[in-house]
Amino acid sequence: MKLRQIKEFIIEKLIFLSGILSILFVVLIFTFLLKEGFLFFKEISIKTFITGKYWYPISDPEQFGILPLILGSLIVTLGAIIVSVPLSIACAFYISEVAQGRIKDILKAGIEMLAAIPSVVLGFIGMTTLVPFLKNVFNLPTGLTALSGSIMLGLMAMPTIITISEDAINAVPKSYKEGALALGATRWQAMYRVIIHAALPGIIAASMLGIGRVIGETMAVMMITGNAAVIPTTFLQPVRTLTATIAAEMGETVHGSMHYYSLFAIGIILFVITFIINVTADMFLHRNKK
Amino acid sequence: MDNAAFSITQMRVSYARKEVIKGVSVSIMPNTVTALIGPSGCGKSTFIRSLNRINDLIPSFRISGDIIYRQKDIYDKETDVVELRRRIGMVFQKPNPFPKSIYENIAYGLRIHGLNIKDTIDETVESSLKKAALWDEVKDNLKQNALTLSGGQQQRLCIARTLATQPEVILFDEPCSALDPISTAKIEELIHHLKQSYTIIIVTHNMQQAARVSEYAGFFLLGELIEFGKTQELFTAPKDKRTEDYITGRFG
Repeated sequence: MKLRQIKEFIIEKLIFLSGILSILFVVLIFTFLLKEGFLFFKEISIKTFITGKYWYPISDPEQFGILPLILGSLIVTLGAIIVSVPLSIACAFYISEVAQGRIKDILKAGIEMLAAIPSVVLGFIGMTTLVPFLKNVFNLPTGLTALSGSIMLGLMAMPTIITISEDAINAVPKSYKEGALALGATRWQAMYRVIIHAALPGIIAASMLGIGRVIGETMAVMMITGNAAVIPTTFLQPVRTLTATIAAEMGETVHGSMHYYSLFAIGIILFVITFIINVTADMFLHRNKK
Repeated sequence: MDNAAFSITQMRVSYARKEVIKGVSVSIMPNTVTALIGPSGCGKSTFIRSLNRINDLIPSFRISGDIIYRQKDIYDKETDVVELRRRIGMVFQKPNPFPKSIYENIAYGLRIHGLNIKDTIDETVESSLKKAALWDEVKDNLKQNALTLSGGQQQRLCIARTLATQPEVILFDEPCSALDPISTAKIEELIHHLKQSYTIIIVTHNMQQAARVSEYAGFFLLGELIEFGKTQELFTAPKDKRTEDYITGRFG
């Protein structure tokens, strides 16, 4: 009897520990990030950091303005949204409403495969195919542009958006569709006016999660966007994103220097952006469940 | 019978090779209420769901026989299914209003058929809700979400939605099985009024309901139409032993 109770106790606590561990890790990462970044913000105000137009961390005098990086991230993300969201929603509708049997299985497997491709491989493919292609088509000095980043990241966001949108569409009660068709709606009318309407919160959440992935993505953008820290004015010029800056410069910076701490400060900004996006997505998903 | 709304000869339906309707022939007269009764799984729901081709949604659905509506074969390749479904409306077992406002639920059917004039839509919303005996309860809250209505109100909204598209036939697939007795009484009364302008076919589990609302009745068992005739005769003097057993409650 005693032994059994002890066993129960131990197992219960072990499970509790595993559960709590994930939260602990997040808190630890966040405090570490804050601690390192905080040292930076003691020297330079958040405002000059965010609105500064020049990123010259190792010049003399050094300048830490991440506005070009924030805009770089935003323009690549915006492009990725334009590329991926409509395509993904249409694809999700095709899979859940139109495709049947084998085609449906093949498509679903294909999308899972797309999600499984490592981003460095996508970056590599983009670099050898998409970049020269864009260079020729638009007659540019270089194909390493925001547009190439947008297209590749759009591809990367598609599996997330498709899978979650498809779940949302499947969760729409069949009776809505039957009701619409019984009134003499065409398939498209039933889809467009009833099913999308009912699945909308889920589709928005799916898009937000896809966007979250795009903003945090590093490897592929670093390889194909050209990494020029200038304020972007069109999709056809090189840009540098927040993530690529951290990844590219962390290895070369002197431990403990202002430059070193500034990268952590960028990390904080990035963390805040993705946090906001994920919370918004969560709110929509939650509303969907009600 | 030439003036019949539906003339059905040897209808056979199967789902993935399992035959659920085994050669049903029947004629259904216009502007009457026809009730179909029978135990669960006897094929009566499949039967009416084949009349507006809503069963087409099921991939394994196969049908044969002549299913004639107004001199035209419903399953002919030339048939415009969308137009057919507008002419043959359907109210389902579980009330299924769209997750939109009461107003939009009815306006939807009009918009999908190309009607976009606001005044006409307003008028039709009002007249349909009146015909469905729901107007007085909802007239001040037309913008309210339809899902906040009670089950009985939702079902009457679904009827109003169907009426708005001006069908000729209304198929009721166990419309009261999810409703309380008071809502059921309201819907039965409504069906009684509607038969002047529409041909009505109602599937029901409830034999009293069939006896109350219908003029013709059919008894389904294991995919066959055992008996069909005037409701009064079917209930008081059934010709088939099985019909008698079922309506007297000996099985079912």
